[in-house]
Amino acid sequence: MDKPSAMPVDFRHPLQRTPFHERARALSQVDSFVPWSGYSTVDVFTTVEQEYFAVRNAATLYDLTPMVKYRIVGREAVPYLNRLITRDVTKLKVNRVAYCVWCNDAGHLVDDGTLFRSGESEYLLCTAERQIDWLLSSADGFEVEVAEITEQVAALALQGPTSCSVLKALGLAGIENLKPFEIGRFTFAGAPLSVSRTGFTGDLGYELWITPDSALTLWDALMTAGRSWGIRPIGSQALNMVRIEAGFILPNVDFVSAEHTIRTGRDRSPLEMGLGWLVDFDKGHFTGRRALLEEQRRGVARMLVGLDIAGNKPARDSLLYAAPTAKREIGSVTSAMWSPTCKRNIALAMVEAPHFKTGTRLWVDIYLNRELVWERRMCQALVVDRPFFAPERRRATPAADY
Amino acid sequence: MVGAGHNGLVAACYLARGGLKVLVLERQPFIGGAAVSRQLYKDFTYSNCSYVCSLLRPEIMRTLELPKHGLQIIPYEGGCTMMQNGDHLAIYDHHDSLRREIARHSKRDAEAYDRFSRDVMRQCKFIKPLLMREPPDPTSFKPRDIRELLYLGQRFHGLGEQRMYDTLRFWTMSAADFLDEYFESEIVKAHMAGSSIIGTALGPRSPGTAYVLLHHYMGDIDDTVGAWGFARGGMGSITQALGKSLQASGGAIRVDAPVARIRVRGGVATGVVLEDGEEIAARLVVSNLDVRRTFLNTMDPNDLPGEFLRQVKNFKIRGSSGKLNIALDGLPVFPAIPTGAPCTRGDMHVTDSIEMMERAYDDWKDGRWSRAPYIDMLIPTQIDPTMTPNGKHYMSVFVQYCPYELADGGWTDEKRKAFGATVIDTIARHSPNFKDLILHAEIRTPWDIENEVGLTEGNIFQGELTMDQLLFNRPIPGYAQYRSPVPGLYMCGSSTHPGGGVMGAPGANAARAVLRDAGRAALV
Amino acid sequence: MNAPPAAARYDCIVIGAGHNGLVCATRLAQAGRKVLVLEAAAQVGGAAVTREFHPGFRVSAGAHLLHLMSAELIREFKLSAHGLRYSGTQLPTTALLPGGGTLAIGAGMQGADAVAYAAYETRMRRFGAALGPVLAGVAPRLGTDRWADKLALLSLGWRIRRLGRKDMRELLRIGGMNVYDLLQEHFSSAVLQGALGLDAVLGSNFGPRSPGSVLTLLYRLAGESAARANGLAQPQGGMGALCDALAAAARAAGVTIRTDAPVARILVANDCASGVALQSGEQFAAGIVISNADPKTTFLQLLGARYLDNGFVRRVNHLRGKGLTAKLHLALAEAPRFAGVAAERIGGRLLIAPSLEHIEHAYNHAKYGEYSIEPVIEITVPTHNDQGLAPAGQHVLSAIVQYAPYALKGGWAGQRQAFSDLCVATLERYAPGIAKSILGCELLTPVDIEAKFRISGGHWHHADLALDQFLMVRPVPGATQHRTPLAGLYLCGAGCHPGGGVMGTAGGNAASQVLKQARAYG
Repeated sequence: MDKPSAMPVDFRHPLQRTPFHERARALSQVDSFVPWSGYSTVDVFTTVEQEYFAVRNAATLYDLTPMVKYRIVGREAVPYLNRLITRDVTKLKVNRVAYCVWCNDAGHLVDDGTLFRSGESEYLLCTAERQIDWLLSSADGFEVEVAEITEQVAALALQGPTSCSVLKALGLAGIENLKPFEIGRFTFAGAPLSVSRTGFTGDLGYELWITPDSALTLWDALMTAGRSWGIRPIGSQALNMVRIEAGFILPNVDFVSAEHTIRTGRDRSPLEMGLGWLVDFDKGHFTGRRALLEEQRRGVARMLVGLDIAGNKPARDSLLYAAPTAKREIGSVTSAMWSPTCKRNIALAMVEAPHFKTGTRLWVDIYLNRELVWERRMCQALVVDRPFFAPERRRATPAADY
Repeated sequence: MVGAGHNGLVAACYLARGGLKVLVLERQPFIGGAAVSRQLYKDFTYSNCSYVCSLLRPEIMRTLELPKHGLQIIPYEGGCTMMQNGDHLAIYDHHDSLRREIARHSKRDAEAYDRFSRDVMRQCKFIKPLLMREPPDPTSFKPRDIRELLYLGQRFHGLGEQRMYDTLRFWTMSAADFLDEYFESEIVKAHMAGSSIIGTALGPRSPGTAYVLLHHYMGDIDDTVGAWGFARGGMGSITQALGKSLQASGGAIRVDAPVARIRVRGGVATGVVLEDGEEIAARLVVSNLDVRRTFLNTMDPNDLPGEFLRQVKNFKIRGSSGKLNIALDGLPVFPAIPTGAPCTRGDMHVTDSIEMMERAYDDWKDGRWSRAPYIDMLIPTQIDPTMTPNGKHYMSVFVQYCPYELADGGWTDEKRKAFGATVIDTIARHSPNFKDLILHAEIRTPWDIENEVGLTEGNIFQGELTMDQLLFNRPIPGYAQYRSPVPGLYMCGSSTHPGGGVMGAPGANAARAVLRDAGRAALV
Repeated sequence: MNAPPAAARYDCIVIGAGHNGLVCATRLAQAGRKVLVLEAAAQVGGAAVTREFHPGFRVSAGAHLLHLMSAELIREFKLSAHGLRYSGTQLPTTALLPGGGTLAIGAGMQGADAVAYAAYETRMRRFGAALGPVLAGVAPRLGTDRWADKLALLSLGWRIRRLGRKDMRELLRIGGMNVYDLLQEHFSSAVLQGALGLDAVLGSNFGPRSPGSVLTLLYRLAGESAARANGLAQPQGGMGALCDALAAAARAAGVTIRTDAPVARILVANDCASGVALQSGEQFAAGIVISNADPKTTFLQLLGARYLDNGFVRRVNHLRGKGLTAKLHLALAEAPRFAGVAAERIGGRLLIAPSLEHIEHAYNHAKYGEYSIEPVIEITVPTHNDQGLAPAGQHVLSAIVQYAPYALKGGWAGQRQAFSDLCVATLERYAPGIAKSILGCELLTPVDIEAKFRISGGHWHHADLALDQFLMVRPVPGATQHRTPLAGLYLCGAGCHPGGGVMGTAGGNAASQVLKQARAYG
């Protein structure tokens, strides 16, 4: 148990500031900040459109510091993690990264995250939601230490087609050869800098990890190095657009953690989220395995799918029907947008069996606000595979130079 | 209607709206029972009994148009427990501040708090619809009882296997054991456990106290902001609004009209006799008094079955709470609390371990007031400055535990003063200027509460809320549906399901039962 | 590392030769299974053993009276043919008064309380009889689609309903009540209340004022009703003789029993139990492993968290099972002279629990990790019925003492002697001269019970008997009906429904669940 800290909480400032806050504040033109995991972060710097196109066209900086980070280290770190997450951790090599999910006993999603293997028995787990309660109780019976280190690491996402060029200009030698989900170790201004070829945009991109005291130097150097590569900071709104195109899911938007649901039937399994590929039934026991096996045997009751919807009006919060006149809903949209890059009206939606098969046609109930007069449209939609947008440059190694 | 407590008034309102001609008789010169605002010291208005509106059903506020009649509930802005070592645990409204504050004591607890809230909230969701329903008689074969039992069964079944077990455990565990499943830090457990013992004759380690924790969450359940908090103008504004609502629907209230006896002729209730001998005839009599007082003090035992009387005598209604109402010349300082923190604008406590709380209970078991009592103190005038002269404050101090009868005999003025001094010293230990600010202190023991408000043994819930006195067992097995053994006589007080707290549900449920028997359509 | 020796193969392996383990093994062997019982200690019996605690003096180390084991089981297993004899049956209960008087419970009581007692006893026995089958059977699960569960729930409902409206209401009322209130409603004599209240709190983490303490009383009565046995009985040669007879019955049925064979871990293959490994490294293969050990030991030590889900492990960790009951054994040079106890009652149960307040005060200490300053005690002097336990003319006193919490502040090492002295001083008040006649003394605190009998927490019932650890939630959801999350692993100990006490029900039910499961899989 922790010794009570003598410093009382600064109740006048409920939200903390990231090490990049000063720069973000200076560059924010519309003063649009939102809380994220206890931090105040930028929602929009200039306009969402400009920021969105910069991700798909040039290079962008996004402050990732509020991502909750846990350091997992110890003799039994591998068996611990293998029992925690659904993927086979023994397959993750040192300096590699894996996207992963973990479940409760019922096989329902607790959260998703990225697992970085930084040493033989040392890992870093990044999550959107706080997880120490679950991670520590999972550690019972294992020789492993789990500690939250969010405040000890400053993190930036550098994403977009020219991001590799920016890092080259910054002087990171050989960065172009870094493979997707690989971690590179560099020194920047005398401080250790880790760069992983990961991201939440579905584009070419990197995530940079450094100690907080070097954070501003790194920011400034990137902005300088990237000036000719079109670099600009982006906020959460633009990120949310590109992650939908990439087909990534977001907790509390596309699913609610089984650790937080109040009502019955709101929990979601990885199989339902279309993340069955993350579940390795052959690796031995993990929390939720027996329940997931049973679910697999029975077949899932619903599935998160991609929708390609007629028209161009985003189907936000829409209900789904099997026929335009049907009374009973067969699901609902969790995330939706008009994709400027794909030129398609896309959405992520939770759809009941048997309507979730790719190629199924269904109907989306969309409400339109036309100069304050609300109109209703029943639009046809097609169940399609995710992601909606997956450019070659995302995976190409060496990364393309511009 | 005998008694103008909040449940009596709620029931009367519904009965009047159901088309009955209603008269409410109140012993005191004012209405409200234990939900009153009174001036006992010059220009200071006290909520001198109940002090927080946490459970009043929103549907009652709405259907009886209480806001129109002047009721406004203002949420707390925080809360805290001050520790023996000078530290504190503050409760902040803002989720992130609260997390960081709990993390000062334990990082793990800060996040376990979310799991705790979730689990209690799940139970709230389950229980909420049951509050406004008549409990079924499990021994009966009547279609209505079977239907209600099935409803209960289906709701329970709908939880799914795992949550059914969670629910079973939640309703049978002790608060201390339940909290142990979430928290490691003693101060966090102690703060959370507070709401599980208020008004009970149990300690935090007594099985069956975990579920009382949900009282604290009940108000938040529908995201209906403003259901939980201070009543503007004191708790009396609730009953005043009810009184106005009743008058607006044609009901009448008579104060200073103590009922001596409920009249029974030919085995049927036919009206009441006042203490001055006046007889008032009525087709139906509804008693807002607790079950002991109704049947043992205001009825002729010959009108009641012997077995029923025995059960009424066995009804557990031990008082365990005291109250101090203190007029203050200014705002006391609490050095443990960071200057300007909003946690003084809510409930403040000084019990920093479960053990301290449990030891306070041990004193009560032995017929003593707690030497180190658990206190729930509020200074509502920080939120509602209209209750006192400008710059002055009123402090409500709820004290757990204080027995109705002391091991060394009855209460005397001297003992009452000593009890008050124990409480004041307890507070003064955390506030150096507190004693100097005291202008007046009203000290109320369970004995005083019985004498003033009429609650038997001063039990604030009109009967203990233990497993043997809940649901179809409340108040008496076989008489849990607001009806008494005497046709025409009904019960509507907190002695009946779902029990105490300023909730109004017993009154509303009783009114529904009365109207159904009278062949009228129910409005709730 | 050396290759493990080739595993010997069995159908079923039972870990622990406590009475439940033996009953379970016998039942399985009777059904034609090849069964191996592995016991860590040198003798069978678990906590139901007779041990020499002082040269020439032997005593039942755990429970000292038999009243819960079903007469049917004793007959069916031919335990008398296997050597079980009683040195006493229908033993009476006598409450000792501080001033030197006594109260004979039951017969010989007078006045209003005697009348009340007769009515109370009859009614409680009626409740016990109604609940008996619930205790004897496997507790149903809720919310499953299985007919067995639905039927069991319906039958429970029907049994309670069949009591009649008045009794049913009373049962539903007192089920969650505290024994203090219940006894206050019925009796005026403090010593009678104390004596009756003691039965509710013996072996449990309750004081008389703890809600739910009536449940443990009903549990005891229902158990006795289900057993249809000889009241309180004392096996000849102590409780160990019972387990020796059970072991003989087991061997006769074909069970192999290995003592001095502590199990290190349960082996797993393909997410199924596949056998066990001993601490010596020796391995045994079996498709079915049944653990008589307590749930914490079974899941956290023998199996390990890595084969279990996180939420389940969390629940097992939260299982409350820290014992509060100590056992005191005295070797006496002469028979203790309990003031005022009639000669025909000295071989029975003697209680020091003069009032409910007295018990509650004793419990107060336990809540804060202290031992009771004035403990409550259940005494037997087994040598009055069975001289074979001590040298001729000398005696053994066996006492169950409460409250002696497992997690004593400061630890037991430095305080065992002080508590032991305190218990003797308490006995001295009721049996003057006893202290001087002590030849040897042994105090088994819950910590000793944990070490000697390998029960995590040293708790009689392996886990507190409380409403939230009862019936369908015992020991924890996910491990009820003797099954566990791991296929092929079963529980048969006191941690299961219906709980502890020398009853054997959990063992028998576990065997029937194993056999049922086998049938289901064909």
